Amino acid sequence: MSAGAAFGPARRWVRFTPTERLARSLAYVLTAVAVVWSLRTVEVIPEFLHDAPEQTADLFVRMWPFDWAFYPKAVHAALVETLHTATLGTLLALLLAIPFSFLAARNFTRSGPLNWFAQLVFVSSRSVNSLIWALLFVAVFGPGPLAGTLAIAFRSIGFVGKLFGEALEEAQAGPIEALTAAGAPPSMILVKGYWPQVEPAFWSVALLRWDINIRESAVLGLVGAGGIGVALDAAMNNLYWDQVGLILAVIFALVIATELVTSFIRSRIL
Amino acid sequence: MSGRGPVGTLTAGTLTGGALRAAAFPARWPVRLAWIGLLLYALYAASILGVTWERFVQGLDNGARFLDRMFPPNLAPDKLELLWTGMVESIQIAVLATVFGILGSLPLGLMAARNLTPPWLSWTARGLIAVLRSFHSVIVAILFVKAVGFGALAGILALVVSTMGFVSKLFADAIEEISMKQAEAVRATGATFMSVIAMGVLPQVMARFVGFSTYQLDSNLRNSTMVGLVGGGGIGATLFTAYQRFDYDFVLTILLAIILLIMVAEVGARRLRRIFQ
Amino acid sequence: MMNSPARPVVADAGGVASRPEPLLGALLIRNLFKEYRAGQPVLRDISLAVEGRGLTAIIGPSGTGKSTLIRCVNRLVDPTAGEIWFGGQDLARLRGRALRAARRRIGMVFQEYNLVERLSVIENLLCGRLGYVPAWRAFLRRFPDADIAKAFELLDAVGLGAEFATRRADQLSGGQRQRVGIARAVMQGPDLVLADEPTSSLDPKTSVEIMELLAELSAARGIPVIVNIHNVDLARRFAQRVIGMTQGEVVFDGPPEALEDRHLTLIYGGQGWLS
Repeated sequence: MSAGAAFGPARRWVRFTPTERLARSLAYVLTAVAVVWSLRTVEVIPEFLHDAPEQTADLFVRMWPFDWAFYPKAVHAALVETLHTATLGTLLALLLAIPFSFLAARNFTRSGPLNWFAQLVFVSSRSVNSLIWALLFVAVFGPGPLAGTLAIAFRSIGFVGKLFGEALEEAQAGPIEALTAAGAPPSMILVKGYWPQVEPAFWSVALLRWDINIRESAVLGLVGAGGIGVALDAAMNNLYWDQVGLILAVIFALVIATELVTSFIRSRIL
Repeated sequence: MSGRGPVGTLTAGTLTGGALRAAAFPARWPVRLAWIGLLLYALYAASILGVTWERFVQGLDNGARFLDRMFPPNLAPDKLELLWTGMVESIQIAVLATVFGILGSLPLGLMAARNLTPPWLSWTARGLIAVLRSFHSVIVAILFVKAVGFGALAGILALVVSTMGFVSKLFADAIEEISMKQAEAVRATGATFMSVIAMGVLPQVMARFVGFSTYQLDSNLRNSTMVGLVGGGGIGATLFTAYQRFDYDFVLTILLAIILLIMVAEVGARRLRRIFQ
Repeated sequence: MMNSPARPVVADAGGVASRPEPLLGALLIRNLFKEYRAGQPVLRDISLAVEGRGLTAIIGPSGTGKSTLIRCVNRLVDPTAGEIWFGGQDLARLRGRALRAARRRIGMVFQEYNLVERLSVIENLLCGRLGYVPAWRAFLRRFPDADIAKAFELLDAVGLGAEFATRRADQLSGGQRQRVGIARAVMQGPDLVLADEPTSSLDPKTSVEIMELLAELSAARGIPVIVNIHNVDLARRFAQRVIGMTQGEVVFDGPPEALEDRHLTLIYGGQGWLS
């Protein structure tokens, strides 16, 4: 229900005020315009579309049966590398994001420009896709999991930092006041006042991002940043579709396993 | 320490210093082990991944040179035109993917709601949603490129898949949380199933629906900049080409444009949410 | 406008430049002025001295500046003008480390208890020592033995047993939490305790218990206590001195026996609520 439910001049119940109705109509119209314009101007090459079903069927036929023997040779090591990349990247992101989160929290840092700067860091981190970060880091550090870890870390700073900053802003002011009144040094106000309040949110965000990062790490290898994506890229380039099928199945299993682990941790500990 | 002496009985006074401390701070071994484990793991993983100090320092050096080549961003008119075309295409991909993804999510989400449909249908629908969510949109994009060829269509289809995976699940969860009483009240008037949905179910979930739809639009905008890397159209393709040609100053231009686009989109999404709630 | 029956006591303040005798626990407020918005002062030229033992109650309607006054003392609120002499220093001028050193000598009890909910009771108590213990020790929870012993002793003194020590603060009732809050304040070994509406969130029976506790600790340990309270009966019952405020000014200052209905009307306005 709209918070602006109002009574019209003749005390008829109208759901939205005239301004709200105008705004809503405008939003609908703009959406419709955007869709129509996009449909008309997007380029679709009809020939490709014509044999799409054939191509798709062909693809799936080539993938099955999976090349199971490929697994111990290359896939397993790559899978482990993917896991390490995701986990280490998440840990690094947590570490790097914390100071920015404190800068962004308006109850902790009372400087508008600093708040804004921290938010800018977060938006930039979030806007650049982890694959693009990976491209950049491959150019700097060379191909391999180091680039991948840094890509994951830099992409996650925005996500973790924004949510953690919001958790900090929701911390109750009362206990902080009490510790200040007792003459506690700022470091202890942080450790004994803020941290106990935000700790559950911190781990929840960390777990959520780790889950997403596992998915992301699996594909970073497509641009050379290590992990199972490298094997996938090689298999696709060589048109070994049965290996591709295997790798996709492995990725699927990895995602399911991660979901199970995170649900378990959430229900037992958080 | 205060000079004022203790007053009152000391029931804990029979314990000595160490025991008192133990009574105050019981050692929480699981937590301690977890912290230690985390630290050890970080060191172990770093070594496995070859994260050595030398590589890092050398990388910083490369990094400095890299940043140097990126500044200042390339603003030549022909590049800007390329940028514009690419960005426009990415926006189109995102808009279409969001709209069609949401349209597709409505029936899928309804089917997956366990309080609305028989178990065999809801469980199948949920299984399908799980599969749609499991694969990163890049992988899906690669598959679609193989099926329908290079270009925006592959990108749109890939993002439709990820949108449906996300929105259907949230939609189904929201439906499961609603009060069935309202729907039953509508059903008691003798309305058809569709009317029950429209008048009994949808009004309750609308507000949250707007919320996750705007979130998904933002997410698709971000992802649309990426599907081009594998042939799915949009600014990603432009960026990849520039990258391979070592036109790093143009790469910076593109990155700045993407960041700006996302910032504007996030502000817009917040306004949209406020209008609809 | 009625004259206040007893002038507020100002201890031997010779001239502007004279510094008062540093009596332990003596609080001397001079010309305290506070406005949150220009032209709307919340505290108008308050001058007060609180010396010696016992419980001083400040009464007055909501919004009259009682809370602001108390919070100015330990600088949770910064005064716009005026001096606050305590322990030989003007608290209004202090900053940084000096302010923290002064604050640790002043304990505070809050209306909403202000415990750190996810920490245990004993950890909350030891937070009172954070102004004295080096940060690294507090971080590793290696508080001195004497502090831990004192914490247990205070836990008993406020009527909670040692079994409460490791319970999480959010598992306690309101009255229990306030007891912990009081114990935390006393853990600082303070020369003065401030209490900002300590009973306003409690039921009548528990309110009396808490006021009894404050009065008892004040007497037994010789710590002056200044309490903000809007329940006049509690003020009369437990305080040795009552200060009545209205619209940012002190209009009554004297023993509770001297508090008459006409003073209450002056302070609170209206007649209907008087018994």
